[in-house]
Amino acid sequence: MPPQLKTLLPLLAVFICIFLVARHFLIPESFGKYGHYRADSMDETAAIPINYVGKEACAECHDTETAKLASDLHSVLSCEICHGPGALHVADAEKGILLKPGTREFCGTCHSINPARRTEVINQIDTKEHHPEKDNCIDCHNPHAVWELKE
Amino acid sequence: MGTERINDTRRNFLRKSAMLAGTLLATSVTKPFTAVIFAANQPDKTKPWYGIGIDIEKCIGCGNCAKACKLENDVPKEPFYFRSWVEQYAIKNDGTVKVESPNGGIDGFTQTVAAEDIFKTFFVPKMCNHCAKSPCTQVCPVGATYESPEGIALVDDKYCIGCRYCIQACPYGCRYLHPVKNTVDKCTLCYHRIKKGLSPACVEVCPTGARIYGDLNDKEGLLNKFLKEHHCHVLKPNLNTGSKLFYNGLSAEVR
Repeated sequence: MPPQLKTLLPLLAVFICIFLVARHFLIPESFGKYGHYRADSMDETAAIPINYVGKEACAECHDTETAKLASDLHSVLSCEICHGPGALHVADAEKGILLKPGTREFCGTCHSINPARRTEVINQIDTKEHHPEKDNCIDCHNPHAVWELKE
Repeated sequence: MGTERINDTRRNFLRKSAMLAGTLLATSVTKPFTAVIFAANQPDKTKPWYGIGIDIEKCIGCGNCAKACKLENDVPKEPFYFRSWVEQYAIKNDGTVKVESPNGGIDGFTQTVAAEDIFKTFFVPKMCNHCAKSPCTQVCPVGATYESPEGIALVDDKYCIGCRYCIQACPYGCRYLHPVKNTVDKCTLCYHRIKKGLSPACVEVCPTGARIYGDLNDKEGLLNKFLKEHHCHVLKPNLNTGSKLFYNGLSAEVR
């Protein structure tokens, strides 16, 4: 071995040692626990607060409405499909105002005629032709019990 | 002025260096030294291994899944950022295919192809396939995106450097660069919800029950029941991505 290399070898060894030690301190605690990633980031993702609370949370206060909903065709629907996410409302009913849509456009997102929708899955109407003298669907239909028509 | 020579003996210099190295080594012993190479663990058959089922025959294209996804996960409102969206396919009598997705389907769909020209038309909800051999996680240069032990492809937004390599690699177009955070964002299968025992937001709001999510290791679970009862396909099976998003009634025209 040439003498130049012999003098450089310990230096190389020192550099490798420094690299390994520095690497040990720079890599986060949970990195490599399950694979080539930071395992803690899974807990960080899991800690994000939810916005959609689910039907059970709605039923805790609004039991008459949920019972009414369960009696008719819309029974499978989640409350938050129409009323929007309810986490803010659950935390503070005054501030977290929920939606009460019932316009032709809104109901039409499910019920307007489209050949791509299967008739056995959903009842469809022509939202322009169907009783044009009325403004909104909820003027006649109760969305919690759709076959119960208002006066 | 001039440079001041440090009058220190070689012995002193070596002693100081040895002390520094010794302290570092001593602290490194206090927490165990990690292996030089990180190897991924094999999936555990006794733990959940999540997949998704979508029934195209039941989808009515209401766009509630896309809307709920945006509201649940604070996805930017602009109509080109989506974690989950719906496409309307119309296969015409002459064999051409028209695919539409105005605002990802959030505002609903109208059929733009005349009824007499339509051979077949249907909706295809799309989202991350949570592939078992995901191309997107393989290309990340910093280990910021990965498949969790539950089989969910996630992004570590503290580690992501925004190089967009994974966006290019995803064959399903399921990733985007978050305009504020400048990191990659994608469907997490509502990881924060399923860890609390809730279903993902898109599954929660689906009015027809077209979406199912569940544990593929649970042989009697809902998802395995769905897979047994229907002829299910994955998107782009030729790419061998190990996709865990199973569609019932998927036409060959769907890309």
